Amino acid sequence: MSIPTQTKASPPSRTITAVLKEYAGLLIPIGVVLFIIAWPTITGKDISREAMFTVLLSIALASSLNILLGYSGYVSFGHVVFFGLGGYVGFYLMSVHEWLLWPAMAAGGVSSGLLAFLLGKAILRLRGGYFALATIGINEAIRAAINNFTPFGGPVGMTLNFQVYKNYGGASEALWLSFYTLAAMTLIVITVSYFVRTSKFGLGLLAIREDEDAAEIMGVIAPNAKTWAYVLSAIIPGVLGVLFFFKNGSIEPLPAFRLHFSIEMIVMVMLGGQGTVLGPIIGGLGYQSLRGFLLTSPIFKNIQLAVAGALLLLIILFIPSGIVGWLRKRVPALRRVLR
Amino acid sequence: MILQVEGLGKRFGGLQALEDVTFDLPEGQILGLIGPNGAGKTTLFNNISGVYTPTAGRVIFRGEDITGLKSYYVARKGMARTHQIVRPLKELSVLENVMVGACFGQYDYKLGKAKEIAHEVLEFVGLESRIDQLAGSLNVGQKKRLEMARSLASQPNLLLLDEVLAGLNPSEISYMVEIVKRIRAERGITIIMIEHVMHAVMNVSDRMVVLDYGRQLAEGTPDEVSQNPKVIEAYLGDPKLAEKLMASGGE
Repeated sequence: MSIPTQTKASPPSRTITAVLKEYAGLLIPIGVVLFIIAWPTITGKDISREAMFTVLLSIALASSLNILLGYSGYVSFGHVVFFGLGGYVGFYLMSVHEWLLWPAMAAGGVSSGLLAFLLGKAILRLRGGYFALATIGINEAIRAAINNFTPFGGPVGMTLNFQVYKNYGGASEALWLSFYTLAAMTLIVITVSYFVRTSKFGLGLLAIREDEDAAEIMGVIAPNAKTWAYVLSAIIPGVLGVLFFFKNGSIEPLPAFRLHFSIEMIVMVMLGGQGTVLGPIIGGLGYQSLRGFLLTSPIFKNIQLAVAGALLLLIILFIPSGIVGWLRKRVPALRRVLR
Repeated sequence: MILQVEGLGKRFGGLQALEDVTFDLPEGQILGLIGPNGAGKTTLFNNISGVYTPTAGRVIFRGEDITGLKSYYVARKGMARTHQIVRPLKELSVLENVMVGACFGQYDYKLGKAKEIAHEVLEFVGLESRIDQLAGSLNVGQKKRLEMARSLASQPNLLLLDEVLAGLNPSEISYMVEIVKRIRAERGITIIMIEHVMHAVMNVSDRMVVLDYGRQLAEGTPDEVSQNPKVIEAYLGDPKLAEKLMASGGE
């Protein structure tokens, strides 16, 4: 253990490098996201703000899912349920009870977290494919329930009165506000993801992912750890659901609980590298760039989802650890820098 | 007594896997658990360590009834075990594997302290040069030592070793036997070991329990057990074999 004494004796500039090195796993992802956030200002175009909104939303959702999927190895196929439910709860509070955006977002996050907690107790004892199936079932069940729930508008959903945006300085300002709120949430989720990954709690999750029985024998209280991972991964999607539908101005059951959105999240996590902090960011950016290209290309525009499916298949077959995981494996020097 | 097993039984549907197993284990002893394949040795470990819930009897660990307690709570009370078929956390490094043991054992260490312990324990089992390697890339002998290091990192009071010598070559066996002896001598950890390498287990154990078809056939010192006619008949087959094994183990 000679390293600490060395840093003590060295000039302050080296201490800074040491800190930079230690937190590189956090600083690199934050840097990438800050660049994405700054892009609309750099280009000065509203259209790039909208494109980057989609990218940031993807990154934040993929990073949330990664806490469960990447760290503990449980595949939540119906993760969009938290986005939809949180969105509905927050939207209801904003449109019917005239709550402001931020408390509504908090309420959305809390309700999604609570749902995950209850579900965790019930279905996290299922392993592998059975858990994945159960999450799909729950998404469909909640969508069907909300379809028939009159306070939430049933199948028609709800709309926000346009006047609401006046509270935020007008519709155009509300769009920028949404963008920067999303940016802040993305930075938060990445920081949370990093600290989970490098914490003792995270080590327990990784142990569960590798071999749950062996982890339990070593004293990891798997049922609790899994439940908290599930709750953590559900809160941000709930918060973002409120923000997304606030910006959208209306909410309906079908777009709120769209299953293929869940699958896209999984593709993004797998593409970038499950179980890493940077992976979902690269995955979100990469997938949305690809999708942008496919949607505007005359050949692929109608089959872009099929391409996403094919992409998932190829990733699982050839680079199951994703781009970041592959880099970490190939270049051992990067293991200390890329988390 | 660190461990008391009283009339333990386990039934899987129509199969009585264990029946009326009773023994005491004083602190600091090494207990050898032997028996033919399928005798119920690993099942006994699973019932003691909380992987299975016994259908009869009690397990008392450090004066506390732990019958039917979940494995993670048993681990946190100071019992650790290794697996017959190694279970490395493949995509984690050797160091991280061992840190899991230290972090979630009975002392619930923080990451920093766990890292220190992991380094110390890895040196003890001779894996210090493999610290950054992924656990999945180790060979069988190294994986066995990793299992050992992981269980030691939790600083247990009782260690259950399930065939740590199986699949090792002769030089690895003597290395491992040395480690087992040192665990007791230097760390004062009580050990139960399941073993098929007879000369090694007879050489190391203070006492032995013999299982056959889930029943307890005999209990006693290695000498007593190896001369017990029931054991010879059911297990060793040839009465002279026992003497030969004792001789080769005593070198």
